Amino acid sequence: MIELIDLHKSFGKNQVLAGLNLTIEDGMTTVIIGRSGGGKSVLLKHIIGLMKPDRGRVLVDGVDITRLNDRELNEIRKKFGMLFQEAALFDSMTVGENVAFPLREHARLKETEIRGIVTDRLRAVGLPGVEEKMPAELSGGMRKRVGLARAIALHPRIVLFDEPTTGLDPVMTEAVNQLIVATQKNFQLTCVVISHDLQSIFRIGHKIAMLYEGVIIAHGTPEEIQASRDPVIRQFLAGSIEGPIRVM
Amino acid sequence: MGGLTSLIDALGRAVLRSVEEMGRIILLFFSVMGWMFRPPLRLRNIFKQMEFVGVRSIFVVVLTGMFTGMVMALQGYHGFRMFSAESMVGATVALGMTRELGPVLTSLMVTARAGSAMAAEIGTMKVTEQVDALYVMAANPVQYLIVPRIIAGVVMVPFLTIVSDFVGILGGYFVGVELLNINAGVFMKNITKLVELSDIFNGLIKAACFGLILSLVGCYKGFNTTGGAEGVGRATTEAVVLASITILISDYFLTALMF
Repeated sequence: MIELIDLHKSFGKNQVLAGLNLTIEDGMTTVIIGRSGGGKSVLLKHIIGLMKPDRGRVLVDGVDITRLNDRELNEIRKKFGMLFQEAALFDSMTVGENVAFPLREHARLKETEIRGIVTDRLRAVGLPGVEEKMPAELSGGMRKRVGLARAIALHPRIVLFDEPTTGLDPVMTEAVNQLIVATQKNFQLTCVVISHDLQSIFRIGHKIAMLYEGVIIAHGTPEEIQASRDPVIRQFLAGSIEGPIRVM
Repeated sequence: MGGLTSLIDALGRAVLRSVEEMGRIILLFFSVMGWMFRPPLRLRNIFKQMEFVGVRSIFVVVLTGMFTGMVMALQGYHGFRMFSAESMVGATVALGMTRELGPVLTSLMVTARAGSAMAAEIGTMKVTEQVDALYVMAANPVQYLIVPRIIAGVVMVPFLTIVSDFVGILGGYFVGVELLNINAGVFMKNITKLVELSDIFNGLIKAACFGLILSLVGCYKGFNTTGGAEGVGRATTEAVVLASITILISDYFLTALMF
């Protein structure tokens, strides 16, 4: 379980998180929604310790990761996988080397075993036989799927997705959504997805949390969120420019 | 009066920024030292960087070393001829190359070739979240990216300096003996008489220091890149300028200490 307690984070005078509280339950997909530039990626980076809060705690399985040193944090990070917005594949390595990277770093496996896992993970994301390609040779959707294969290579318990469908066409968006649903189910993962793609949110989320002005203003099932009378949520779901969310 | 105040204000800010940046580079150096001796030792990465910094710089270093030695011999010959001391050309070239021009020119060439590439490569990784990906996969970027580059800089720049010294003296010999007809025996004898082992050795220590500076500055600038492609370009330029200036300034102090 991941618990975010009273998180505060500012960059200069710009307060991004203002006392945020959220509990992310095990074995299900929680989607965090909110407007662009509203602090969703900052929130995700706090969950995995890439950023430290100005105040507040981040508990992963009861351990406050904001107080850990580098070595302890690395141990906790082995529980995580993360799919970055642009996949963040290492462009000096082949696809196979990218997927094998966490295995070579942390698992004491023979080369043949590593190759077997790489083949298996690439097949799981629907990209068999691309091991020798370079990331630059792949399309945006393929890169994201390779990123997912790398994220689940070490069989993590928790996978974080930073806007997994942004920039993809509708068909590829659906393919990635299906992949997230299937991966979550097959590997019994706890998934945290950041998105503002409405089609995807209700397709993949067991729980949805709305981030607005640095706090979570609603957290519930997709049905509860859709039935919400909160004007901010109504405006966000309707995609309207009229309402409390100001367009800047 | 207002103009003067704002000038002092701007000057003060620039000084503070420079001091802060120097502090950050020193902190990165300590972090590199901390990670250098922790397992795993990434030999593959280290050799890859040594090949990039060292082997691939040989051509440019040979070219600059050779022509520097040649021009020194040419200039020296015309100067020494006024005192009928042409025989000193060889020793002057050898001393100039081993003590000063070998390490400095080699380092400046490697800064332009490899220091800039370090900043650009790590900078691109930073802005495309590849550095964050390393953190997420519990691989420390300082250990994975920076330590191999620092080792490559410190080890390979002295080797390149040896090459530069050698071809510089060879170039001087060619111009002095073959073109300007200085007696070969006298040319060589003065070199062996006046150049001591400590001249070569101190030059190589300088080269190792410069190798550290150029790789540390290149990695620092890359690691602190923000702002997309434009930011990568800015980091690359700043890395070359800052490393070159630091090499030239530190050269004076190292020379004052050593010779």
